[in-house]
Amino acid sequence: MPLWDWGYAFEVLPQLLKALLVTLEITLLGSVVALLLGLLIAVLRQARIPVLDQVLWAFVEFIRSTPLLVQVFFLYFALPRFGITLSALTVGVIGLGVHYATYTSEVYRAGIEAVPRGQWEAATALSLPRSRTWTGVILPQAIPRVLPALGNYVISMFKEVPLLLAISVVEVVSKAQEIGSQTFRFTEPFTIAGLLFLVLSYPASMLVRRLERRRVA
Amino acid sequence: MSPESMIVFDGVEKRFGDHVVLRDLDFTVAAGEHVCLIGPSGSGKTTILRLLMTLEKVDAGTIRVGGQCLSHMERKGALVPADEKHCREVRRRIGMVFQQFNLFPNMTVRGNLIEAPTRVLGLSADEANARAVELLELVGLAEKIDAHPTQLSGGQQQRVAIARALAMRPDVLLLDEVTSALDPELVAGVLNLLRDLGSSTDITFLCVTHEMGFARDFSDRVLMFDAGQVIEDAPPSKLFTEPDHQRTKDFLHAVIDRT
Amino acid sequence: MDNLPQIVTVLFQGLPPTVIAAVGGIALTIVLSFVAGLALLSPRRWVRTISRIYVEAFRGTSEVVQLFWIYFVLPLLVGVQLVPLFAGLLVLGLNHGAYGAEIVRGAVRSVPRAQYEGCVALSLSPTQRMWRVILPQAVVEMLPSFNNLFIQLLKSTSILSLITVAEVTQRGRAVLVPAFGDDIVLIFTVMLLIYLVLSVLITTGMRYAERVAARKVGRRPSREARAVAMTTGAH
Repeated sequence: MPLWDWGYAFEVLPQLLKALLVTLEITLLGSVVALLLGLLIAVLRQARIPVLDQVLWAFVEFIRSTPLLVQVFFLYFALPRFGITLSALTVGVIGLGVHYATYTSEVYRAGIEAVPRGQWEAATALSLPRSRTWTGVILPQAIPRVLPALGNYVISMFKEVPLLLAISVVEVVSKAQEIGSQTFRFTEPFTIAGLLFLVLSYPASMLVRRLERRRVA
Repeated sequence: MSPESMIVFDGVEKRFGDHVVLRDLDFTVAAGEHVCLIGPSGSGKTTILRLLMTLEKVDAGTIRVGGQCLSHMERKGALVPADEKHCREVRRRIGMVFQQFNLFPNMTVRGNLIEAPTRVLGLSADEANARAVELLELVGLAEKIDAHPTQLSGGQQQRVAIARALAMRPDVLLLDEVTSALDPELVAGVLNLLRDLGSSTDITFLCVTHEMGFARDFSDRVLMFDAGQVIEDAPPSKLFTEPDHQRTKDFLHAVIDRT
Repeated sequence: MDNLPQIVTVLFQGLPPTVIAAVGGIALTIVLSFVAGLALLSPRRWVRTISRIYVEAFRGTSEVVQLFWIYFVLPLLVGVQLVPLFAGLLVLGLNHGAYGAEIVRGAVRSVPRAQYEGCVALSLSPTQRMWRVILPQAVVEMLPSFNNLFIQLLKSTSILSLITVAEVTQRGRAVLVPAFGDDIVLIFTVMLLIYLVLSVLITTGMRYAERVAARKVGRRPSREARAVAMTTGAH
């Protein structure tokens, strides 16, 4: 049996590409959840409401410090018991989204803390309403600062999507495994899957790094 | 309390942890008066401005502005500490210019100037823009209207900050060491602008400053502070030439001999 | 709640593989981080290139793919079937070592130029310079980032359940969920708590290491090092 069969490789490529689309779709949806939920958490925590702040802190620390896979399993098995039936893909998106929201909330918080106090005070001196202070003054200064870090987390999420094969989500790696177990030739499918990740995430990382360098300049 | 009193501090106390910054402070400022606060660092001068701006809350005593109570509000006949909404209402007639300018870097000069008038005062974009142009002419920076704060010198930024505060048509303007962060050659420009404003408007000014020359020209009254107390309260003609208190004398010697 | 003792027992059965994978993975990570990290700083181009290929290949691909590759593909290519636990440990080390290499590289580069110049002035050889002066100072800056990295590694041990390693996650998923379906929330809460405790242990260990390293060098990690550790996507 040859080490690498180009014919076979090209045969399975289309299926893998199709499955990659699912991976990308999950990344996109999960990122939207993570970026929005994380921002919400960060803004709420800035308000320092007594009980809510502690609860949010505990939640963020707990989710951040424990495995994503376990959290995904939890959602997958526990939700139906509470009467909520969702597709595996949806569960995966929620699991990824909430998990990464805890990371992004910390990134947002760092960005918000970096905005000088004087900006808050000037907004107060001008009697700007709180919501406008956030949307017009603070966030426009906080978010551009942390875009590279947020970008890196989106790329990380992309690479963690294959985890969802544990709850039967059909994305590129589970597809590779499926194809491989049909033909007993795993080399080409898994190698191609790996290369597909590399081909997408490496340029993306370069882009983020360039973004980072431009900000510092 | 006379009907012309714009600012009244009554028995105000402010603590930071164990450190008492202001203790049983009483003073008034009449409408249209120009008052300068001088004294060593840490004597509580900036705290007074921050209390007026509700950036801090009083621990005891009351503050009244323009006849309304700033620090407290009435609820069911009793006086309780003011909430955010009440503060914002009373505070609307007060403007502040900061030592670090605090212009919004994500907006142009025009943006900085029209932001609060449109959002808070409800002016239309045209009205706000017209006011912005007028004020920038006043401070001598009309051509910079579409520039970004980062493109301006410190002195220019501070003048824009003054214009921004004036755009709200305040009755009271608080100036917190507004020239301390400027290069020496830019200081005169800002001070001259303030002198012009002082003579051409009815605004009540309350300035914390280390610029004694300016304090002498600009103010109707000078308050000398030390350790949270008003040591001396007199017109500049008296305070700078024949101060009553030794502490004032010592301070003025130290500060004026330096320049 | 009655099933709690059984739940805990079954989950604890998964502890040895989890701990072995974590400890082994961390050890391999440390070795690879320094080897690859210092190689990235080598004056020789080919050394830097090889290291760069390693770092970008493992950082740029998914850990699950790497795991499956080593478990399914490597045996076909090399004829050797790795024991799942060992395969997993290897992948954890290789993957996190790639990230660790960047941490080492960044920390060594952050040592002020003046230190290098001081060494040259004292006629220290490059090896002495690195070992005695640069690395000790760099290590202090690295520790917060490595803390995060090691906790990531610990979390990644749960992926080993996908290649039949009987660690904590596998125990919970394969044994407890079918058996104690009604106690789902309890099962997963205990699982998460186990990982939480393990990650606290790691952090405690790293804090101790920070203190030791700082004493030797006379300072603690700079605020920048902590801030960088917090906000860079560690993956």
